[in-house]
Amino acid sequence: MENSVIISIQGLKKHFITPGGRFTALNGIDIEFGKAEFTGVVGPSGSGKTTLLNIIGSLDSPSEGKAIVLGQSIGELNVKQAALLRRSRLGFIFQSYNLLPVYTVFENVEFPLLLLKLNDGQRKKMVMDSLEWLGLTDKVKSKPAQLSGGECQRVAIARSMVKKPEIVLADEPTANLDAANSHHILKTMVQLNKEFKTTFIFATHDDKVIGYLRRKISLIDGKVAKDEITNN
Amino acid sequence: MKLLLQLAIKNLIGAGLRTWLNVIVLSFSFVIIIWHKGILDGWDRQAKNETAKWETGRGQFWQKSYDPYDAFSLTEAHAKIPSSLDTVLLNGNLVPILITQGTIYPGGRIQSILIKGIDSNQKILKIPAALFLKSSDEIPVLIGRRMATDNELKEGDIITLRWRDVHGTFDAGDMKVIAIFDTEVPTVDMGQIWIPLDQLQKMMGMPGEATILVCKNKESGSLYPAGWKFKSSEVLLKSITDLIKMKSVAGIVLYIILLSLAMLAIFDTQILSIFRRQKEIGTYIALGMTRYQVVGLFTIEGSLNSVLACILAAIYGIPLLAWQASRGLSMPGGSKGFGLAVADKIYPAYSIGLVLITIILIMITTIIVSYLPSRKIAKMKPTEALRGKLQ
Repeated sequence: MENSVIISIQGLKKHFITPGGRFTALNGIDIEFGKAEFTGVVGPSGSGKTTLLNIIGSLDSPSEGKAIVLGQSIGELNVKQAALLRRSRLGFIFQSYNLLPVYTVFENVEFPLLLLKLNDGQRKKMVMDSLEWLGLTDKVKSKPAQLSGGECQRVAIARSMVKKPEIVLADEPTANLDAANSHHILKTMVQLNKEFKTTFIFATHDDKVIGYLRRKISLIDGKVAKDEITNN
Repeated sequence: MKLLLQLAIKNLIGAGLRTWLNVIVLSFSFVIIIWHKGILDGWDRQAKNETAKWETGRGQFWQKSYDPYDAFSLTEAHAKIPSSLDTVLLNGNLVPILITQGTIYPGGRIQSILIKGIDSNQKILKIPAALFLKSSDEIPVLIGRRMATDNELKEGDIITLRWRDVHGTFDAGDMKVIAIFDTEVPTVDMGQIWIPLDQLQKMMGMPGEATILVCKNKESGSLYPAGWKFKSSEVLLKSITDLIKMKSVAGIVLYIILLSLAMLAIFDTQILSIFRRQKEIGTYIALGMTRYQVVGLFTIEGSLNSVLACILAAIYGIPLLAWQASRGLSMPGGSKGFGLAVADKIYPAYSIGLVLITIILIMITTIIVSYLPSRKIAKMKPTEALRGKLQ
């Protein structure tokens, strides 16, 4: 634990009803995350990594147990409160970038700030700062379709970081990237983590990502199999 | 709301061809509906104006037995013009018309007609009665173009006219067609001839009598002469109003078809959008929008089609409709025989009310059609949407 606890998960279970019956994705998780961590939840497909990230990100709710994120119990938030939490304090990075296709790079990065109702001047400064950290100032007017995969993911990172959230949740962020781009992006995220003390939580089974983690939580069949601090 | 509007505009414009196809179809509906309704309104206005100028004036007094739909009533439908109306008559605010039945024999055929006697000095109706003053013929007659065509009559023709006077005695004489007038009002033209009032009174043995009195002003209707009933313009023009109403109802079918096509395109686009843009919907939610905000965004996006369509319709529709309004719509030759007032050209009348009602109607319909499929978003799981999984 690097600092004060900002995420506390106790006895977390998540069940899904599937055509084949009830499927338990998370089966009693107890973990805590501190501020400025650079942590990965690793494990094979179906181990519950993404489900855990979705619950931390208030996109889903626990079936049993508690997930307290930044002082708020996810299971008890209503739709509006959950949206507000995501809007103001959480950032997301997705495997397939999830950029808004009709918007330019600038507009994609600006989007979270529009939701926060910041004024034009503030927005412009924050977007340009964010694009500068990611080395994208020359792509301001480009649309996602005009960018490479690496550039798209950098835009996604810029979008997640632009409002300087306390937690960034990254679900398989390098899965669609080649090795060089993956390393470039991971180095950028490490740098942002150090500079802004943002907590990064990854869901991944990519060895390249694992190589950068400072804490690795292994999930198997919805349970924490191992929780270890690495030497990075 | 402002944010959703900004985003919706961006998304809509970003959708490119799909948006423009919807907008073009919808703008077409705008223009056609306004054009069609404008034609009907123009026709209505022209028909009423012309009928008032040629036939009804601003109201009429009818002799109490007069029934225009019963030819047999004509034998009784005549009376002395009440002396209480003398002043109005002298001031030129009333024109008396005597109506009776007769028979003409054009080209050896027998044709039953109405004989209408009208004051040669009248200035209320557009019937060119002043032409009688220039004629020295025994029975000078004015006929309309339709009457002339139907009976193959031309100016200068002399044909036999037979009538039955007030005592029931048949009499006959030669009438001369002194002029043929053009009118858009068939009810002063088809199956009738116009002769000087004093001439007809003499022929019928009905001095100082009339069947109807046409008023120049509405106010004359308040005179209530005994034995005469007043018919207002509204009553006299009711058949035109009813006919235009009937045409408007038929027009609604056209509007429904046009609107349905446009709405189907928008509905289809909305369904397709929600189907294809699940990841985008999930992303909006992940970035902090509520599901209801996303529903709002998609509804506004769909609804904005009608705003863009309105702008596009204005761009090509205003010049087109203005040109049409100045040039008029030429009616086919056969339309003269429709039996109602149809001008050679109909000039459409586009009122602000018509345009506003059309815009509001289309916008409300578009909002509903955009909202219905968008409600599905409220039931989506964001986690599934983010993965683009169909729900």
